[in-house]
Amino acid sequence: MSILVDGSSRVLVQGMTGREGTFHTERMLAAGTTVVAGVTPGKGGQTACGLPVFDTVNEAVAATGADVSVIFVPARFAKAAVVQAAEGGVRVAVLITEGIPVRDMSEAVAELGLDEGSVAGRPFVLIGPNCPGIVTPGGCNAGIMAASLFKTGRVGIVSRSGTLTYEIAMGLTRAGLGQSTCVGMGGDPVHGLGFQECLELFEADPQTEAVVLVGEIGGDDEERAAAFAAEHLTKPLVAYIAGFTAPPGKRMGHAGAIISGSSGTAAAKAAALEAAGIPVARRPDETPALVAEALAAI
Amino acid sequence: MDLFEHQGKELFAAAGIPVLPSWVVFTAEEAERAAAELGYPLAVKAQVLTGGRGKAGGVRVVSQPEELAGTVSAILALTIKGRPVRGVLLEQGAAVMRELYLAITLDRHAKAPVLIFSTRGGVDIEQVAREDPSALLRVPLDAGSAGCGEQRDRVVAAAALGVAPLDEQLGDLVDRLWTLYRERDASLVEVNPLAVVGDPVRLVALDSKVTIDDNALFRQPDLAAQRPDEDARERAAREAGVTYLTLDGDVGVLGNGAGLVMSTLDMIGAAGGAAADFCDVGGGARAERIAAALDIITSDDRVRALLVNIFGGITRGDEVARGVLAWLEKTSTDLPLVVRLDGNNADEGLRLIAAAGIDGLSVTLSAQEAVESVVAAAKNGGRA
Repeated sequence: MSILVDGSSRVLVQGMTGREGTFHTERMLAAGTTVVAGVTPGKGGQTACGLPVFDTVNEAVAATGADVSVIFVPARFAKAAVVQAAEGGVRVAVLITEGIPVRDMSEAVAELGLDEGSVAGRPFVLIGPNCPGIVTPGGCNAGIMAASLFKTGRVGIVSRSGTLTYEIAMGLTRAGLGQSTCVGMGGDPVHGLGFQECLELFEADPQTEAVVLVGEIGGDDEERAAAFAAEHLTKPLVAYIAGFTAPPGKRMGHAGAIISGSSGTAAAKAAALEAAGIPVARRPDETPALVAEALAAI
Repeated sequence: MDLFEHQGKELFAAAGIPVLPSWVVFTAEEAERAAAELGYPLAVKAQVLTGGRGKAGGVRVVSQPEELAGTVSAILALTIKGRPVRGVLLEQGAAVMRELYLAITLDRHAKAPVLIFSTRGGVDIEQVAREDPSALLRVPLDAGSAGCGEQRDRVVAAAALGVAPLDEQLGDLVDRLWTLYRERDASLVEVNPLAVVGDPVRLVALDSKVTIDDNALFRQPDLAAQRPDEDARERAAREAGVTYLTLDGDVGVLGNGAGLVMSTLDMIGAAGGAAADFCDVGGGARAERIAAALDIITSDDRVRALLVNIFGGITRGDEVARGVLAWLEKTSTDLPLVVRLDGNNADEGLRLIAAAGIDGLSVTLSAQEAVESVVAAAKNGGRA
């Protein structure tokens, strides 16, 4: 088991014929992911990366049974691509594109009703934007992460950062702790799946025995996740937060990583997590030991 | 992108949001010409991209022409919270009867904009939120809708201005602010204070704070062209496709991925050092981009030691090592440089750097070791 994607996932790639789309489709295929189709409007009937290309998600789903879409289209077309994925019938869309206007994402969430109902029952789930994707080691690599860094196991990871996910997954693997699924939820202020929804999914997944949450400055997703975990999560949770030394008012690379006035600080997030009984690593390399401890205490 | 007060007020005026006559000037001579048009008394306001300018002496009222040049020169010379003053706004004086607060910003959790109103305007709104949260009215807006009738009515009711023409003006102002927020891709439009002024009695926006979503600048070309001048290194980095921010310390930092770089800065802080910059070369950086980023980081003469922290996913450790070695060959820097490589092709990268045997260049697989050694080198005055 795993969450959202696994060895039976059939992946299509929106924007597969573009430079990034082609590069990453080849990497996903090399990692053993079942990629079945590409979608590029106006290029239906062509072949790319050895796969059929369709004009629309609808056609690709009908012809190939795809249930996951990875989206690489340019920022200005991203909202339309998400709407097409939702209406085209895939269950999960992974929006890799960076630089999408916040207004477009807010409108997509409102128009598609993305946050309505519990995550397990939703017909469509968006991961991202500005995210590295989702990996179920040995099963499915939907996105741009380096699959070779992950190993099958029982720790779930949900993260706002791609490279830190690598760092922490590699640390876990070296400590003999593989991963069930790793979700990179992205660094933008308005995004699809959040911490709380991923915790709900990991809670329900029998393979996952512990979860690592990797947060950063900006917003209050971590505080809300802490409150949710205290109430509803029976599995151990360990956190790492980046940005303790970040100055207020500066965007630290990710559009959403900004301390606004006095809100969104790493200290406030760590305090909320610790108050909920969730250990917070001070450095990425402290995470594996905290996870091992939490697992040993079960 | 944060706009200066005068830029925000130009947007307000174009959107039909009332502002007082004003003029932005950059010298005392220009100020005298502008004052002749505007008349006295005048508010003289520092144009600076940070809050708290009032407390820092950046806002003064001038009633006499002979006080003007001295006041303008003094304000132009200020640095407020580390930010230089870029011009002053001269604004016609007005008799303020009441100060309100009105803003629209993004509610990240709701993933939608929110209208915020308070009758306690003219003060730091975060302080109001702490002292008396009930004094803030927060009304969610519908991202998908151009109208905001219901939200407007709630603000007008909460304001309880008690005069029908003012109620009507406030409602109209809320509508216009929402249109401005949507159409200009703002992430913040704040009017604090929104003042009731006399003679005739009316509402005017006495200050403006506007932030435009950087990601939407492609469809706001007129605003993109007005980008306030940024730090020269930050501009060079943007042109080189690298994310770079100047910070306060002396350890130059280069890494891949925003989260990893933030984490590196924290580790440097915990080890008793301070980073001079935040520099993210992104995924898949080739040797040329690494070298360009190192050029930008080391053009800051506060930098005493350098740390390259790469966890390769798509980025290849050997490519990074080649970039670092090529840069060293071309620059002849004597700054101590610590390279930490892990992940994709890290072994080959570590081997290449070790084999080069360059003085002052060390290499490790451990981020913590790298941080300790670079902080020690910076403390040692830039000697390894």
